[in-house]
Amino acid sequence: MRVVLAEDLALLREGLVSLLQAHDFEIAAAVDNGPSLLKALLDHRPDVAVVDVRLPPTFTDEGLQAALEARRQVPGLPVLVLSQYVEQLYARELLADGSGGIGYLLKDRVFDAGQFVDAIRRVAAGGTAMDPEVVARLVARGRDDSPLARLTPREREVMELMAQGRSNAAIAQQLVVTERAVTKHTANIFAKLDLAVSDDDNRRVLAVLAYLNS
Amino acid sequence: MSGEVSMKRGLGRYLEVPWQGLRLWLMSFPLLFASIAVTLSFGLVGIGAGIFLVPPAVMMLRSLLDGYRDLVSRWTGRKVERPYLPVPEGSPMQRFTALIQDPATWRDMAFLLLDPVVSAFTAFLSFLLFLYGIYGWLLAAFLGKIIVDHSGNEWYTFIPLQGSFSDHPVNASLLATFATIYGLAGLYFGPRLMDVYGRWTQNMLGPTERSRLALRVQHLAETRADAVDTSARELRRIERDLHDGAQARLVAMGMSLGAIEQLLDKDPDRARTLLAETRESSAKALRELRDLVRGIHPPVLADRGIGDAVKALALDHPLPVEVIVDLPGRPDAPVESAAYFAVSEILTNVAKHSGARHVWVDVRYAFGTLRISVTDDGRGGASLDGGTGLRGIERRIGTFDGVLALSSPVGGPTIVTLELPCALLTT
Repeated sequence: MRVVLAEDLALLREGLVSLLQAHDFEIAAAVDNGPSLLKALLDHRPDVAVVDVRLPPTFTDEGLQAALEARRQVPGLPVLVLSQYVEQLYARELLADGSGGIGYLLKDRVFDAGQFVDAIRRVAAGGTAMDPEVVARLVARGRDDSPLARLTPREREVMELMAQGRSNAAIAQQLVVTERAVTKHTANIFAKLDLAVSDDDNRRVLAVLAYLNS
Repeated sequence: MSGEVSMKRGLGRYLEVPWQGLRLWLMSFPLLFASIAVTLSFGLVGIGAGIFLVPPAVMMLRSLLDGYRDLVSRWTGRKVERPYLPVPEGSPMQRFTALIQDPATWRDMAFLLLDPVVSAFTAFLSFLLFLYGIYGWLLAAFLGKIIVDHSGNEWYTFIPLQGSFSDHPVNASLLATFATIYGLAGLYFGPRLMDVYGRWTQNMLGPTERSRLALRVQHLAETRADAVDTSARELRRIERDLHDGAQARLVAMGMSLGAIEQLLDKDPDRARTLLAETRESSAKALRELRDLVRGIHPPVLADRGIGDAVKALALDHPLPVEVIVDLPGRPDAPVESAAYFAVSEILTNVAKHSGARHVWVDVRYAFGTLRISVTDDGRGGASLDGGTGLRGIERRIGTFDGVLALSSPVGGPTIVTLELPCALLTT
């Protein structure tokens, strides 16, 4: 699996490179600024990109902008965005095109190499990987006029895990229920959020989007 | 409302001016008494009592004149601002000294001395001319005949009075013509004379360049002190947060790592548990640092500016917040930051106190001013004082010459508006 990596701190970049190589990823390019990231993404068309939000030259949201631009030109290009902080605003922008293949994680998640690599693989496969922090802040907000208010507590739990990008099997394992029960819950969630029948992956993305937009 | 211009347009303006002139002239009587009281109290300074009497007398005069300024501002459209330097709290002697050193005190007195004459030739003149016109018509109609019959000797300006229409139609017509001219001239020149009067009042009762500067210096000194206080408090908070948070955790991690080093051979299981704890500790330290950074300078604000930062605030808010942003560029970072934290605090207030179901935030830039209004459909009745923190916001944006306005009738809606003068850097 070919990866383009963008991270301006050399130490962290080297760390990520060796981490990914250790898990059998092929590093197509490792860059340290926004303009070369966009170029690398368009030239290499990687299977997945791992991108730091804040990059030179402006040290603002250069990485995010490059990723969004690349996805405008190459729809569905899988991108996992890493950041020192997570913002719902950015999560929405990333998910806005509804085509999936999006991850948005805190940099600390790299600590847990297993889960991190899992997340990259999910994103590469067109799924989503939202940081639990994004989800937690949504839940903390707890608006009562959103469609989410119609979900039962259990469905809400399933929704949270789905937003993080877990598969039904993983959700079942985490909640200690059968996979069939989870499938039932997700079907209910899709119905309550008025998501038409289409392929399951896409609906999961849309559900997460609905969740963020609530 | 005080200080607002209330001038009619078109024909109505010509008709209202004479009456306003009359009322201004009538007001000069109570003002005259007040100025006599002030003069008398100054006369008593010689025997000492004046030192106690001057301050209250001057303050009374000032409050009367404040009303007068307000009236003139409204009727002439020329804003007459308050010129007074701050009066110190303290002994009567200190107040006395401050008052007699304030040039505005003497300018007030000079105004009151001269105003009866000046207003008679400006604001009041239109009314006088109008009155004189009516008098001319009365003479022409019947009064002239009565006066002449009683062998009175009267001139209407330069026309010798001979009688009224009934006995001397030519003389009366001439009189009526001039009376009409006077009356109409009074009406026609009224607004212009009123404007001249407005300028006179502005010059005499308004601040001089010096007192304007003095007031400005006072404002700057106050806001600077506030700014220094605020930033010192912020630094202390950051220092304490770092000391109790990340720093303490790093120390603990160092110690754990030392222990792990020792345990590695003897008790690998225990070492592994400790390692997991240490990793947890590092994650916590990171989280704390992240929260701290968010509190100092929120990432979205740094990345995108005030518009998107307010949108991000809206997303994290427990209520549905609708945000409209119309900004052609970004203000300076300090102004942005002040505006951001002000909005953040207002939104927190709304969530805590208002009982609102919806919030609207409007961010726009016009006439060199960043204007942000936050409207909620809550129960209203909010006040600047009373622990809502609005005073604190007002102080902080005061550093940038920003102002805050609150409209919150009981029953809602509540509108908080911030205005920050600033330049935009176009992006």
